[in-house]
Amino acid sequence: MSFLEFVEGPLFLVASAIFLLGVVWRVGGIILIGRKKDISPPKGSAAMGFLKGNLRHFIPRGIFAKRTALHLIAGYGFHLALLVLVLFAAPHIAFIQDRLVNVNLPEMPRWGFILTAEISFAGLIMLWVRRISDPVMRLISDWDDHIGSWLTFLVMLTGCLALQESHGFLRAQHMLVVDVWLIYFPFSRLMHAFTFFLSRGNSGATYGRKGINL
Amino acid sequence: MTANSEIAVEKFLEHTDAEAASFFEACVHCGECAEACQFYLSTGDPKYTPTYKLRPMERAYKRDKAPFSGLKKALGLAPSPVTEEELREWEPLVYDSCNMCARCTLVCPMGIDIAGTIRKMREGYAAAGFVPEGLQRSAEFVKKTGSPMGVTAKALKAQIKHQEDAVGIKIEIDKKGADYMAIFSSMEIMGYPEVLGAYAKLFKRAGLTWTISSVAYEATNVGVQIGSAPMAKEILQRVVDAAEALEVKHVISPECGHAYGAIRWAGPNMMGRQFKFEVVHIIELLDQLRREGKIPVGKKDTRRMTLHDPCQIIRRGGLLKEPRSLLNDSCANFTEMKGAGITNFCCGGGGGVSANPRAEELKTAAFSRKVEQLNGVQDLEAVVVPCGNCRAVFEDGLDEYDLDLEIIGLSELVAETLAEEDETGA
Repeated sequence: MSFLEFVEGPLFLVASAIFLLGVVWRVGGIILIGRKKDISPPKGSAAMGFLKGNLRHFIPRGIFAKRTALHLIAGYGFHLALLVLVLFAAPHIAFIQDRLVNVNLPEMPRWGFILTAEISFAGLIMLWVRRISDPVMRLISDWDDHIGSWLTFLVMLTGCLALQESHGFLRAQHMLVVDVWLIYFPFSRLMHAFTFFLSRGNSGATYGRKGINL
Repeated sequence: MTANSEIAVEKFLEHTDAEAASFFEACVHCGECAEACQFYLSTGDPKYTPTYKLRPMERAYKRDKAPFSGLKKALGLAPSPVTEEELREWEPLVYDSCNMCARCTLVCPMGIDIAGTIRKMREGYAAAGFVPEGLQRSAEFVKKTGSPMGVTAKALKAQIKHQEDAVGIKIEIDKKGADYMAIFSSMEIMGYPEVLGAYAKLFKRAGLTWTISSVAYEATNVGVQIGSAPMAKEILQRVVDAAEALEVKHVISPECGHAYGAIRWAGPNMMGRQFKFEVVHIIELLDQLRREGKIPVGKKDTRRMTLHDPCQIIRRGGLLKEPRSLLNDSCANFTEMKGAGITNFCCGGGGGVSANPRAEELKTAAFSRKVEQLNGVQDLEAVVVPCGNCRAVFEDGLDEYDLDLEIIGLSELVAETLAEEDETGA
């Protein structure tokens, strides 16, 4: 078994299993902590509030947007571009069809890949530079924030190096970093990709019960 | 870990329910919340970043309760235990620099309720005895007299008598079977007693029967401000017992921010049961009476006025439209300040900050944001402040920043602009 076959085969399977089980364990663990039933007479729907809270926080409020513009642009740019890269880059589609599920996803043209990758890199770098340069961010950041940023950066960097598919090692290198990223994910703050709906939803539900239109 | 820090951590963990856990798990340390906090905005000091204020409770959760905490501990990757030194270092952040105004929740991309979590965190601090002296003193007054300012029933009755004389209407005390029982904040009773006269005038016109209990007249709940659930429950119990003994149908929560949340939203949960009466906020009630035509508006106030939004009534209480509707009716020249409504700034004294003399300087700094908003309204003559605590903070703040503005309570404004009986043919 070659190194490439190993990182794309058994290691990828193990990493994916750790990722999936870890995510379920962590999200389930949070939910299972439980909370007391609120018995105050409601003025509105908690369920609608949960949903609304989740949607409302996608949209920045005008009054804050001006002060936090850099963060918003970099944050949205990075996350959306990364999602597009993961789903629509030609090698990813081939990998998904070959190893995971046979779905027909539209392939991005090469120029599209380059542009999206640039947006994603720019966003991630801006966020990280802000993390190390802004006094507030410096105070509240910890090693997990930096490891998460750097691992994601390396996944993207090795992915770009492997785009040309000029050498198996470059592909293996990318897959190795992806495997490490998948294993690190459920134990880290990268989990915000799944926990965000709980926190937004919980606040939204509280506001919803009170009949507050956020 | 000392005995005190163990008590605090135990309470932190007890109060970290699935909701608080979801907040700790979702925070990405983006720092956006700093941009919403007026303590950070007024000082520029990063330590006032809201999420940073939660650090000891978050650490306790991640060490002892979070999923994978056992595994991380075994691998030596769990956070270190929370120490008494750290708890004491954080105490001013938890009590002096958080109004629990929840403005940070609005900017947070994860929607984290930091104010609500600070409330839970204060449970640990209160249980361990790490509470600012000023708030402790208020708690002692409550134990002795039922009021954080030491307002006795005798003092209340004297204020009622003055107001009866002023408006010429009898105010019933301990009237069994009345429709409504009103409670007040100590600040209102002693500082702004004209609100009693305003209630008398408005309710007489609306044809409501109402009363004030001589044993449970205090709405301020220091237990909620300090973060002591047992004390909060004890204070609330007096009101619930009195209201149920008098067999009233409604209890009117006054123009006081946290009092509304304490009795309306937290109340039944603290008592473990629903009440035999309905809780209604005075603003909610006045708006309803106005819409029903029971308190028609007469000659409008023509001064240029703006409205301050008390956080616990508006942002955390949900009464956004009602005060505006009343103001639009009563004032011919009502102008919103910039940032009004759900995103409005706190007065700077909420969350027990105004009862904490150690936080005086910070409170004044935080009020600078309100001053900017007030200065932004051209030719402003008066500001309507529908909260007794905010009103006291405004008085100090306007004095400090040398601003000449009249401060008015909303109930008083509605009473002052009530139509004369012959104006409506009633």
